[in-house]
Amino acid sequence: MDKERVDQIIDRHQAEASSLIQVLLDIQSENNWLPKEALERVSQRLDVPLARIQHIATFYKAFSLVPKGRHGIHICMGTACHVRGATRILSKVRELTGINPGETDLDLKFSLETVNCLGCCALGPVVEIDGKTYGKMTTAETEEVLKSYE
Amino acid sequence: MSEIILKIDGKEVRAEEGMTVLEAARSAGIEIPTLCHHDKLEPFGACRLCIVEVQERGRKKLVVACVFLAADGLVVTTRSEKIDRIRKMIIELLLAHAPDSFKLRQLAEEYGADRNRFEKEASFCIHCGLCVRYCAEVKQKYAVGFIDRGIRKEISFIPEIAAKECPDCKECFPLCPTSYLQAAFVLTESLAFPSS
Ligand code: SF4
Ligand code: FES
Repeated sequence: MDKERVDQIIDRHQAEASSLIQVLLDIQSENNWLPKEALERVSQRLDVPLARIQHIATFYKAFSLVPKGRHGIHICMGTACHVRGATRILSKVRELTGINPGETDLDLKFSLETVNCLGCCALGPVVEIDGKTYGKMTTAETEEVLKSYE
Repeated sequence: MSEIILKIDGKEVRAEEGMTVLEAARSAGIEIPTLCHHDKLEPFGACRLCIVEVQERGRKKLVVACVFLAADGLVVTTRSEKIDRIRKMIIELLLAHAPDSFKLRQLAEEYGADRNRFEKEASFCIHCGLCVRYCAEVKQKYAVGFIDRGIRKEISFIPEIAAKECPDCKECFPLCPTSYLQAAFVLTESLAFPSS
């Protein structure tokens, strides 16, 4: 993400220190993560110390300080999904992507996370990719679905 | 500023509105133990060691003296069996994190706290925030801050700022009750700016 783009986002929020979290969220959603240069720019323009930005950026799970893949895979590990075979889905995804929960592959294609309940237990096992929900997953379907992402 | 009169451990204490219970007590020579309090810093209320019992309009409650404001007619008890028991527990919990902290061991002695009561979980930092707050409020350099939250909360130096500001300052070092701060600094220094 270049400096101009970061500046545009900051301008959109009138460079107000009180909009810090909004600014960070905008950068996060556009860039998938918060690079250090971007944070330094935000710190400068909003006049908020970097240490404070770092505290906030590490406090909320919505932010990432390390590169994230283009697609975020969330596998539900809640009780209902678990008994319906979520662990099998998880190991299939690990096998296909080569990454563990919390990790991102080297091509920055996928990031993998496990979550504790997506709120649609009747659809278990549930996988969510980029906000799209896939229910009643099988290992074969998981493979199909993952292949459809570029 | 109007004058208020409160009672601390049976003693009548004159204080000014806006003072905390801790300030009022200290002005009258009554000691309340503290860990995260510092005269130059805003009240923080992190360690809870300064816990006291106050009675207001007939109701008793436990509050932390470094944050709770003194009020006219307030009745404060700074030591009792109950308060000592709570402080002992706090010290024992903190000792699980920083078993060799000199300050904590001194307090342990005073309150009969058992250093081995809880399984050791040596994270060393006890999150008193003295380093972070001193750097921000007094020095306004923001070279060290907190990161993460809950059980993963830690202090962390910003290497670029630390490299520039810390070598000639280090005023926060003696404030740390556990020496973890020095360790964190040396680690940052050796990783990020070893030759300077
Ligand atoms: S490093 Fe020391 S001074 Fe800083 S928060 Fe931890 S215990 Fe307190
Ligand atoms: S001194 Fe009051 S909470 Fe730490």
